[in-house]
Formats: sequence, C-alpha cells, structure tokens
Amino acid sequence: MSRARRGSAAMRPPIRLFRNLSSKLAAIPMVLVGLGVFVGGTAWTIVHSFTDSRLLPRLRWVGLDQYERLWSTRRWLVSIENLAVYGVVSLVLTMCLGFFLAALLDRKIRYEDTFRTIFLYPFALSFIVTGLVWQWILNPDFGIQSIARGLGFSTFNFDPLYNPDLVIIGLLIAGLWQGTGLIMVIMLAGLRGIDEDIWKATRVDGIPVWKTYIIVIIPMMKPVFVTALVLVTSGIVKLYDLVVAMTSGGPGIASEVPAKYVYDTLFTRQNLGQGFAASTMMLVTVAIILIPWAYMQFREKRQ
Amino acid sequence: MTAAEMNMKLAVTPRGAKPRSPFAPRNIMLYGTLIVFSIYYLLPLYVMIVTSLKDMAEIRVGNVFSPPVDITFQPWVKAWAEACTGINCDGLSRGFWNSVRILIPSLIISVSVAALTGYVLACWRFKGSEVFFGILLLGAFIPYQVLLYPLVIILRELGLFGSLWGLVLVHTIFAMPINVLLFRNYFVAIPEELFKAARVDGAGFWGIFFRIVIPMSLPIFVVSGIIQVTGIWNDFLFGVVYTRPENYPMTVQLNNIVNSVQGVKEYNVNMAATLLTGLVPLTVYFFSGKLFIRGIAAGAVKG
Amino acid sequence: MTQSISIKDLTLNFGAVSVLEDLNLDVAQGEFLVLLGSSGCGKSTLLNCIAGLLDITDGEIHIQGHNVTWEEPSKRGIGMVFQSYALYPQMTVEGNLAFGLKNARVPKDEIAKRIARAAEVLQIEPLLKRKPGALSGGQRQRVAIGRALVRDVDVFLFDEPLSNLDAKLRADLRVEIKRLHQTLKNTMIYVTHDQVEAMTLADRIAIMKGGQIMQLAPPSEIYNRPVNKYVAGFIGSPAMNFMDGQLDGGAQHFDTGRGLDFSVQGYEFAAAPTSGPVWLGLRPEHVQSGKWAEGQPVQMEALVDMVEPMGSDTQVWAKVNGQDLRFRMDGQEAVAIGDRIPIGFDPARLSLFDKSTETRL
Repeated sequence: MSRARRGSAAMRPPIRLFRNLSSKLAAIPMVLVGLGVFVGGTAWTIVHSFTDSRLLPRLRWVGLDQYERLWSTRRWLVSIENLAVYGVVSLVLTMCLGFFLAALLDRKIRYEDTFRTIFLYPFALSFIVTGLVWQWILNPDFGIQSIARGLGFSTFNFDPLYNPDLVIIGLLIAGLWQGTGLIMVIMLAGLRGIDEDIWKATRVDGIPVWKTYIIVIIPMMKPVFVTALVLVTSGIVKLYDLVVAMTSGGPGIASEVPAKYVYDTLFTRQNLGQGFAASTMMLVTVAIILIPWAYMQFREKRQ
Repeated sequence: MTAAEMNMKLAVTPRGAKPRSPFAPRNIMLYGTLIVFSIYYLLPLYVMIVTSLKDMAEIRVGNVFSPPVDITFQPWVKAWAEACTGINCDGLSRGFWNSVRILIPSLIISVSVAALTGYVLACWRFKGSEVFFGILLLGAFIPYQVLLYPLVIILRELGLFGSLWGLVLVHTIFAMPINVLLFRNYFVAIPEELFKAARVDGAGFWGIFFRIVIPMSLPIFVVSGIIQVTGIWNDFLFGVVYTRPENYPMTVQLNNIVNSVQGVKEYNVNMAATLLTGLVPLTVYFFSGKLFIRGIAAGAVKG
Repeated sequence: MTQSISIKDLTLNFGAVSVLEDLNLDVAQGEFLVLLGSSGCGKSTLLNCIAGLLDITDGEIHIQGHNVTWEEPSKRGIGMVFQSYALYPQMTVEGNLAFGLKNARVPKDEIAKRIARAAEVLQIEPLLKRKPGALSGGQRQRVAIGRALVRDVDVFLFDEPLSNLDAKLRADLRVEIKRLHQTLKNTMIYVTHDQVEAMTLADRIAIMKGGQIMQLAPPSEIYNRPVNKYVAGFIGSPAMNFMDGQLDGGAQHFDTGRGLDFSVQGYEFAAAPTSGPVWLGLRPEHVQSGKWAEGQPVQMEALVDMVEPMGSDTQVWAKVNGQDLRFRMDGQEAVAIGDRIPIGFDPARLSLFDKSTETRL
C-alpha cells in the first residue's frame, strides 16, 4: 500500500459534479432515453396533435380540430368500440382462466411442469404467428366449420373471420390462446406466496376448497390481481400485430383497432395531425388505467 | 408484488391439500380439465405441423386436423427459399437472416446498456438518479404509437432511418425499462458490504462492474437475454416502421407471404413459414424452462 | 506519541438529517478502540467515514498523520473486515486475498509472500484454493481478516465482524482477534453492539448514542464510573437498578419518598455534592445478600418476588420497601419466592445521576 501517491488533492473536497463521474457517464443512455425519447417524444406528439400537420409535421395550430374530426370518423369509433368489447371480454376471460388454471396447477398435481410448459408456450410466439395459425384453423372451408359440417351438422356456421359480427370472437380466441399462460404464471406465483398455514387453518375449520379460494385466497391475492389487470390492459391497448396478421382490420373495417388506426393514418394516409390525436387518445386511455394503480401502489408503500 | 418476490415464490413447492389416490373422482376431474385445456393450447402447434407436411391436393380434400397421408417436406423448402412476398420470391430465408442481423447487435447492445444502467441505479446512485429511473419506468407504459413518429424524426436526424442500426437503436430504447428494472433489482440484492470491500481493495466503478458484479450475475444476464431474444424476434411493428423492405425482419416477411393477395393460397407453405418463424423463440422457450418464467415474472411489472 | 487516527469536528448529514455531529476522536498508535452502541447510534456510520466509504459533510480525518478526508478508501492505509464477510464469491480464497494487491499493482512475488504469511498467521493455508461458498462461517471470517492483513496497513477497521457467527465460534474468534492485536500491534477500531466483546477486547471503549460519543474511556472506568444514566444502563448484564429519589442531608442521604431511604456516605462525587432530585444506580452484582450482607455499610431487607436460577448464580427479583430491585445470589444458596432475606451494599459502588440532565454527580 503506497502512501506516497497521496497528493494534495486529498485535502480539498472534489467538485460536486465530478464526484461519481463514471457513474454519471454510464447513466447518460438512461437520461437520453428517459428525457429525450419518453418525455420529449410524448410531449412532441401531444403538441403536434393540435396542428394540421399532414405529410410533414408543422406547427400550424388548429386547436381541437383533429380531435373533433377523430371522434366523428366512423373508423375510429368502430376501433374504439372493438377495443372496448375485446378489452372487457378478454380481461374477464384472461383473469378467470388464468386464475383457474393456476389454481388447478396448485393442487399438488403430477406433471405440473409439463402442463405449465404447455399453457405458456404460446406466449413465446409472436402475435403474427398466433394470428396466422388461428386464421388457418378458423378458415371456414377447411377448419372448424368444415369439420363440424363434415360430422353432419350441415347448417353449422362458424366463420368469424368473414363475419363482421363475429370477427371479435375470432380475435379473442387467438388472443386468449396467446396471453392466458402469462397470467396463469403470475397467478401461480401469487398462490405460492400464500402462507401454507392459511390452508391448514381452513382445513381445520372444515371450509371446502372452492369456498376457501373465494373467501380467503382471492382477497389475499388482491395485489397480484391488480398487477395482472394492469398487465392485461396495457397489452390490450397495444393490440395491433394480431389484427394485422389475422384480419387486416376486415371484413371491411369490422375489426379495426386504435393502434392500427394510428399506424395507418401516420404512415399510409400521411395525415400526421390526425394520427397524433389518435395516439394521444391512446395515451389518455393508458393514463386512466394507470393513475389509480400508481396511486394504490404509492399508498401501499407509504403504509 | 416485485419480480424478485415472484421469482422466489415460483421456486416454492406446491400448496394445497394432500394428493389422494390418482383415480379418485376428484382427481379424474382435475386431470380431465387440465387435459382438455392442454388440447386447446396444443392444437395450433399440431395444426401447423400437420398442415406443413401435406401437399395442397391433400389439404383441399381434408380438414385442418387430419394427419398427413403422404408426408412431404416440399412446403418447408418452398417457404424457406421460394415463397413470394409481393416484392421478391426468395422465401423467408432473407427475413431470417435479416432477423439474425437485427437480433445479434440489438441483443448485445440492449443487454449491455441495461446492465450498466441497472448497475448505476443499484450501486452508484447520485442525486436525481432515482428520478430518471422513475421516468424510464413510466416509459414502459407509453403506447408505442405515441412514440412512433418522434423516433422516425430522431432516426432521420441521426441518419439511421431505414437501416438495421436504426432498428437496433429502437429495440435498445424500448428494452431499457424492463431490463434496467431487472438488472437493478438483481444488483440491489448483492450485499452492500461486498462493494465496500471492493472499494477498500482499490476497485473503482468499472473494476467492480467487470470483476465483481458481472461474474456474480450470469443468471440475470441469461434471463434478460431470453426476454430480448423473444421480444426482438417477435417484433413486427418496429420492423415495419423503421426498416426498408430489403431489411424487413422475419415476422414482417412472414405476414407479407401469408397475407399477400397475389396467386393461389398455399396453406401448407404458409404454415411451414409460420412454424419456421416461431421456431427460434420456441427453441429458446423449451430450452430455458424456468429461466423464461423468471423473465416474464420479472416482466410482469412492466406490462 | 503521534495519533494513529485523528477525527476533527466530523459532521455527516443525509439530506436534512444529521447523522454525526461535530464529532472529535483521537486514537493512539496501536490502540484497540471499540465503538459500542445499540443499532442506529452511528457507530458503523462513523467507521464507514473513517474508511472513506461515506463522503462526510464537514470536518477532517487524519490517518497516520495524513489528511485523508477526501482520499479513496484504498489509499487511506486501512484494512477492513465486515459483518457479512463480504468475500468475492467467484474468486478462490487466494484470489480474494490477492484482489486488492493486484489493484494496487503489487509485484507478483510480493503478493505470494504476503498471502503465505497471512495464511500462516490465520491458519488458512489448506483453504487457499477453495471458494468462499465451500467454507464455514468461522473460516470465512478468517479469510476476511486475512484480506485486511495482506494489505500491510497500520489501521484495521472491524464492522461487527463476529455478529454472524454462533456463540461458541464468536468466543473463539474474539480471543484470536485479541491475540492478533497483541502480535501485530496495529491500531484497531472495532464496531460492535455486544458489550462482552467491547469489554474483553478494548483498550478504550467509545459508547455512542444519537451520533455522539457519550463516554470514551477504558472498560473498567466505563463499568465503574459511567458518565450518565444511558451508559450506566447500557453496560452490565443484568442491567443496573435505577431508583428515583431525593438527595439531601448535605447530599449524604437518599430517600425515594416511598418508604425507602439510606445513607450514601462513602460515594465519591465527581464535583461538589449537591442536594436535589437524582437517579440512583445500583448494579445487581454489587448487592450482597444473606450472610454476606453483614458488615455492608447499607443494610436492608428484601422480599423475593421471582427467582431465576442460572446454575452458577441465581438472579433474584425482589421488592425493598416498595422499590423493585434485581440482584444476584450465589447459585448454591436456597431461596424461594416470598422469602425475606437481608441484603446490603457499599455506597462507594453506587452511581448517582442528576434527575434532569442524567449526568453523573
């Protein structure tokens, strides 16, 4: 240990900014991404949603015109309606199915790993792959409809991808197939987090298993449900690839969704201001879901 | 619930009542239900495989579920080397290699940047670092559509628009929130005294990172790598927006092949192509097992 | 004699919270100083400041005559041993010992020489090729001490090094650390919350509370003449008995006002004796009972409330004229709840504290 290297620099406190210099340099990407992209980009989009930008962004203010036009466009209204229907149904079914499967796997069964692997593998696949496979299975000429008819149900009709009234069901079947595994894993983690003594106590009290789940376990898993809820919802808002692969928004505009509306408006119809207004509405949707959740998390932390 | 807690909980053994005889009515119902669901989840994989092994004549007379009579690998060859995307007819191979060329630099850069940032946040906090981390986490919830166009501008200014490196940058940016969180949480759990000891031993910011932290943290690098491989490989939106057709990743090319309106639909080729595209993430999934689950449980916080 | 460590007006704030305030401390060359206090008293914080692991807000730190206030920890001429051992898990024991020396660019043969010597002193030669995960807690802490040893420094800092070990090992390593100090004659600063460690190891003990040093003195003085009520209650097990009451009669007589009063003649006042409200402290082991109570300057009768036989001795909870009193009896004496037994003590061994300032009178 050489003590000769101690210079006079040691006598003075180092300049504040240069303390921890390497760490500050290493944080530059985070700062750039956080401020430059996330904050800056969001602000940029919101600001330009109040302009009449078309092919190129420009700052000519038109107030809320873009939003008024947006909310009087039929395609946007259909998109919102689709998202709402898809969102609510998929949310309820994903949560129920995810919890149900997790509860089944938690019953000390054999081959738990195998079942879990089966339920989760679709999550590893892209929405494009998911959409294309289900497009094929739901094909009316070769898929489920033709099989049912071949079995003698000659009037059986199930062609969701060609029927504007049913197309959301088609999307739901594929979306649930891809996404429930994730929720199941999260619910399973939540179930494993419950104290074994709770189970012992309910058995001593003679409460049936199904009742234990409803009265005791589910209320205890509230934080897990909330996490899963946020997860599923923000995934639903982003719904895009699946629609592109499965229906391209069709038949007609029957399966359009907001994310697709934004993409098409920005990049194919080159109506930037309109696209920015639509994406700002998506941000608002997320914020409405997120703010109560963030508030809850914050309050829990403080307690 | 934090990712770390979930990881721990997944490692715990199953809970619930003791198993009874395997043929008790309760167990028959339990396993019966699990098997029915397994069929739903496995069906698309099965359909993909059998369809891709039939020739078109056989497909036209049968249904999607019937096993192939004459196994042919011709669809696979065609999907790989000859299928048309509407622009060119050299199959998915081009998209595959594009995806590989996108994946490798994106993987290396995004994981390195995230690890370094996580290290700063866990071990070398400075005034304001937590604020930037908060902004970064919020960024995970911003719908991509809001940031699509601002990123177009950023990439254009950097001269990267349309190039592979532009897409690499986009993947790195959007990978940051979740992966930084992952690394930060892992590094925070390393005992603080270890850093103190290393500082007394004369190691600095980089010395501690490369000689102490990285050798201790291989599992989390694997988890982060898995998230990134599947995420980047499955990406569709960024591929469409930020690259030119000659650089399109595999998912985009797959969608163009299957949903191209020209020519006769070759379902067997389509399914072979779909399966080929899903093969990389599926391989990662089946080989990584528990680590994949750790990754998505960690990602659960992200949404 | 030059001071080994000299701390001048050290202040440390975390934001608006003051953790250490205007702290002054001098440690002599070769001294074994123990920082003792309950958790949150600032003892580990002070040690981290000395090591340079925390940037201080104000003040100066000198080690071996050099001002090291803003020096990197590795250049302060210190070695440090941590509670959790803090061994690098992916390196062998040898690698752990060599890490700091390699960073300081010590020549290879010199590294080997120092490791060999430290391994011999600590008897860890057979462990050199193993990884920390394969060692027991005691072995790990030996390696951690070795890591400080190979640095060949004048000052060793210990941060609760024995707290993670079980009782038996703790006693063994305590002796070993003491022996090490006697061989090496380095300056050692040792943080602990365990008063037994403090009493047995220290040349001087600094008792800390709320970021301040309450008393800095050799162990015997801390035990016999605690400067305030906090120190008196902190040192000693079982804890000191406290009675509140009034000192009067020319400060020669103590009265609880609830039926118990006795003379304190023979007590050595630190300053001129004054009358007034006081706390009176009496260590359980200074109370004599049964036949040993005879001949004590103060004698009274105790009613036994509760008995805890410990083998070698018996702890007795008793009431003396309405006042709770704990004391120790020989383990061979028969005593039962409800017994009335004579007790006695010498006022010279009492401690008297001012009621309001709680400082020693």
